[in-house]
Amino acid sequence: MALKTFIEAIRETMAEEMRRDEAVIIMGEDVGLKGGVFLATDGLFGEFGGDRVIDTPLTESQIIGTSIGAAMNGLRPIAEIQFADFIHPAFNQLVSEAARMRYRSNNGFGVPMTVRAPYGGGVHGALYHSQSVEAFFAHVPGLKVVIPSTPYDAAGLLRSSVRDDDPVLFFEHKKMYRSVRGDVPGGDYLVPLGKAAITHPGTQITVIAYGLMAHYALEAADVVAEEGISVEVVDLRTLRPLDKETVLSSVKKTGKCLVVYEDNRFLGYGAEICSIVAEEAFDYLDGPVTRIAGPDVPGVPYNHVLEDWFMVNPEKIADGIRKLAAY
Amino acid sequence: MAATRPGSGATSELAASVGLTDDDLIGMYRVIATARAVDERMWVLNRAGRIPFVISGQGHEGAQAAIAWPLERKKDWIAPFYRSIATCLAFGMQARDILTAQYAKAIDLSSGGRQMPGHYGNVANNLVSLSSPVATQMLHAVGIALAAKIRKTGQVAMTSMGEGSSNQGDVHEGLNFAAIHKLPFILCVENNGYAISVPVERQLATPNVADRASGYGIPGVIVDGADVLGCYTAAKEAVDRARRGDGPTLIEAKVIRLTAHSSDDQQTKYRSAEELAGLTANDPLPRFRAQLKEAGVLTDELESQIAAEVKKDIDEATDFAENAADPDPSTAMQWVFAEQWPGETPPAWGFGGSHGTEGHEGDKSAAEGAVD
Ligand SMILES: Cc1ncc(C[n+]2csc(CCOP(=O)(O)OP(=O)(O)O)c2C)c(N)n1
Ligand SMILES: [Mg+2]
Repeated sequence: MALKTFIEAIRETMAEEMRRDEAVIIMGEDVGLKGGVFLATDGLFGEFGGDRVIDTPLTESQIIGTSIGAAMNGLRPIAEIQFADFIHPAFNQLVSEAARMRYRSNNGFGVPMTVRAPYGGGVHGALYHSQSVEAFFAHVPGLKVVIPSTPYDAAGLLRSSVRDDDPVLFFEHKKMYRSVRGDVPGGDYLVPLGKAAITHPGTQITVIAYGLMAHYALEAADVVAEEGISVEVVDLRTLRPLDKETVLSSVKKTGKCLVVYEDNRFLGYGAEICSIVAEEAFDYLDGPVTRIAGPDVPGVPYNHVLEDWFMVNPEKIADGIRKLAAY
Repeated sequence: MAATRPGSGATSELAASVGLTDDDLIGMYRVIATARAVDERMWVLNRAGRIPFVISGQGHEGAQAAIAWPLERKKDWIAPFYRSIATCLAFGMQARDILTAQYAKAIDLSSGGRQMPGHYGNVANNLVSLSSPVATQMLHAVGIALAAKIRKTGQVAMTSMGEGSSNQGDVHEGLNFAAIHKLPFILCVENNGYAISVPVERQLATPNVADRASGYGIPGVIVDGADVLGCYTAAKEAVDRARRGDGPTLIEAKVIRLTAHSSDDQQTKYRSAEELAGLTANDPLPRFRAQLKEAGVLTDELESQIAAEVKKDIDEATDFAENAADPDPSTAMQWVFAEQWPGETPPAWGFGGSHGTEGHEGDKSAAEGAVD
């Protein structure tokens, strides 16, 4: 076991995958000599060369579109979008092309491609370096969406993503890159896509979260534990395919459900979780299915007071838990 | 000069002038004639209410057959567009594959009846599956060329599209990237002067799409789309250049659109009767036929023989497609992913309605209106 930061786990896993499989290449902006703006690909250009670690022009649609083509002709590209906020120029390639290729060709073609992008706020990134974009893509059948919260999961899920035969969007909360550390065993272990984890067992309230919010949910669970509220935290890890079984069995056990997400509340990813719980665990519910989520403004504002106002944090989650516990 | 027969290996002066054999010329002619005949059949079937939607390649076939010709089947790649019937035929698809796609039958090679007609693609022949948003295939072809270069496969990737589509941002991003990395890539723009109703003067600020090539530091070649062998020569040069590792080429073929944009378009609203009447002068099919006859490559006898064979082929293909099975709705959840889907099991009462259990009759209204 080695203690690694979140970003070290990601970087080393990419290097291992590239050593294991010649078909794995990396494409993105500044991923070469510089090693990426967050240094996620630091050192890989030196080890694998410019044919396999490709600095692209500032062209997100090209990064995704050519990754799709390369994937159809025998490669397994890892595309890096410098910030999730800048994935939108590639929306068409992701949604109209990558997601539909297998379905529209009746399994003639598949797109084994992983798209990595740092997302999320709380880093003084303002409107265009803080976005959560998972809801746009989790909506689309044909795309898998992964958001790990620990170095262990990041490594295991990234391996599964690179080896998957379909397009996977792998979103990394940028605030976690260096602030989150954890044990990462050596060896070629996989964390399967589509499996959630119960990271804090409890009996009275289920809190469902992912990414940075999975950490904040744990902190909140500790806070309210001192007040006698027993919380079960479910870390989704993969948003789609969703591990409905783990979600529903936890809620059926606790009878109460709070969904936490950093993205804007309205039609955020957590809204679908609420809907599933309401639809399929109704008989077990002991209170409303509730959410703690970002406010509905077009982006995270810059000034630190405004940013704090925007961000979901452990206190806001603890508050939501207390209100739900009172039912 | 005696008329050449298929397989004779003869080389007329005309064939020799472009480095081909007479079999090649007859082969191209057969593709063009088949594409035209299958296209005309599509319109008949549409007007007879048998198929809801047609988008055709009439007027483009000469350039398409000729430009696909120097590419190697099952090795090189083509990302076609919705008018690429002759391209697909030249690259290994059959009339039957075009017609089963028109009928959207289960056996349709391109999509198993999932896509609208015209969205060709076929993995066995390295023809990339096409979507509807125009020009997206540009980047797929460039990515295929990138993989060819990295994997050192010696493959060339080509894509084709209309001049209207060439204005999309993906074309710029793709040409720039392909040029930077000197990828084995060819962009073929089939310029028919219209994007649905909008004439080329309101699509382009320069007279030619090919004028843009210099901005990427690559050759931009303009060819007359009715001059089949001129198109072939330009394409051969581009393929050779790509294989040598010298990078991409933009070929612009000036073609004509002999039909309305699609079966849902009324082109007399924006094209005059004189313009429409004058089109046939640039029809590649009679032009190529006359050229081959003059060169002694094609006789009246061989022409009628090919026509009869093509007609028989298309009659049989029509019957086959007409009688082929529709896809089974129980298969409609398949191939969202490589593995079983939904990974998310449906609620106890299913997905609601009759989804997944019943189909609906060929619903014409769904394909009417704004489906361009
Ligand atoms: C992104 C996108 N916008 C609009 C359309 C609707 N549309 C389909 S074909 C077409 C015109 C294309 O013209 P051109 O590229 O010149 O090809 P042509 O049909 O003339 O061969 C339009 C507007 C589309 N399919 N995709
Ligand atoms: Mg046009």
